[in-house]
Amino acid sequence: MAGDTLTSTEYIQHHLTNWTYGKYPDGHWGFAHSSAEATDMGFWAIHVDSMLWSILLGTLFLLMFHKAAKSMTAGTPRGLQNFVEWVVDFVNENVRSSFTAKNDLVAPLSLTIFFWVFLMNFMDLVPVDWIPLAAKWVGATLFGADPHHVYFKVVPTTDPNITFGMALGIFVLMLYYSIKIKGIGGFFGELALQPFGKWGMPANLLLEGISLISKPISLALRLFGNLYAGEMIFILIALLYSGGFVWGTIGGVLQLGWSIFHILIILLQAFIFMVLTIVYLDMAHQHH
Amino acid sequence: MNINLTLFGQTFAFIVFVWFCMKLVWPPIMAALDERKKKIADGLAEAERGFKQQELSEKNAEKKLSEARQQASDILSQAQKRSNEIVEDAKSIAVEEGNRIKEAAHAEVEKEVNRAKEQLRNQVSVIAVAGAERILKKEINAASHQDILDELATQI
Repeated sequence: MAGDTLTSTEYIQHHLTNWTYGKYPDGHWGFAHSSAEATDMGFWAIHVDSMLWSILLGTLFLLMFHKAAKSMTAGTPRGLQNFVEWVVDFVNENVRSSFTAKNDLVAPLSLTIFFWVFLMNFMDLVPVDWIPLAAKWVGATLFGADPHHVYFKVVPTTDPNITFGMALGIFVLMLYYSIKIKGIGGFFGELALQPFGKWGMPANLLLEGISLISKPISLALRLFGNLYAGEMIFILIALLYSGGFVWGTIGGVLQLGWSIFHILIILLQAFIFMVLTIVYLDMAHQHH
Repeated sequence: MNINLTLFGQTFAFIVFVWFCMKLVWPPIMAALDERKKKIADGLAEAERGFKQQELSEKNAEKKLSEARQQASDILSQAQKRSNEIVEDAKSIAVEEGNRIKEAAHAEVEKEVNRAKEQLRNQVSVIAVAGAERILKKEINAASHQDILDELATQI
């Protein structure tokens, strides 16, 4: 599967490059034809594939849950409603056990995070070449693009922009609620007066500042790292398919094993992302 | 792996999705879940009440039953008493009646005896007179010897 003329390195690199639309250094906007071009675009570029899948999956999640929500009955639940209730109950249980303050935002936020991240992670279980190959075919035949320049990453959570984007939203919420609940003075006091008292203010600020910043960063990096590594292994396994029958068979077995193990990881990572969000927001709501 | 605009694109999508979920997904689901919770709680309370009711009615029924049993035994003993009385009454009436009949019979018998005696006496006196006639071979005036005949009759 490594492709007709691609080397292993090129194959891997191709799989790790996003479909990028951005501003070239010379000022005009367009799709990047290589990862080097994408890098050159700097900040003014957008990963079309990440955004596409992210929004697609988020919309799928909302449509599904909204459909169930519209036809909710208090009677005996069936089919979709049953599943949705199960998920909602699970999330609600977690919010209740970890979040002590009263806030109507946290539970729906947690539900969105959990299911959306789960769906985005889930794309990792789709064999790594299926969708990119389909995209390559569509790009080459319908749009006349050079097949080697059609990049298509399917798992949004392997894109740090996606995980950091969500962590950024959560970080803003943490700051907002910290200030809203404790006031600017209270929040600043929390950062500056612990743990060494007022004479150790610079050290306090440094320590607490790092601990504050590290929350969203660790949140985003954990999800990204797990999924990126998982996808990497899938790509490496997929490389085996080009090694003939024996290697291909070994690859098949490995892929099956890793996929089964990965089911655990994608669920776990979605869950951890949700629980940490709840815990961080709970901390933002508490006076110390 | 470059950090770029995608970051804010995702943050924006995130905000929109959370907002949608908060407005249109979470509340109706929670409302339905709460409603069901309430329904179940109500049902349980209802069941509890029904159970209590049943216990109460069982106790009530038990009381009624024992009352009825008491009443029945009262009625039974009363009836027994009444029947005994009736039997006693009947006995005494029967005895009285029997005595009366016996007395009447006695009287009747006596009357009959007396009548028979009277007839016998008359016949005896006739026979005696006939006998005497035959003995004396002469006509005797019955009337003049009436006192003798009467004496004879009383001796029989």
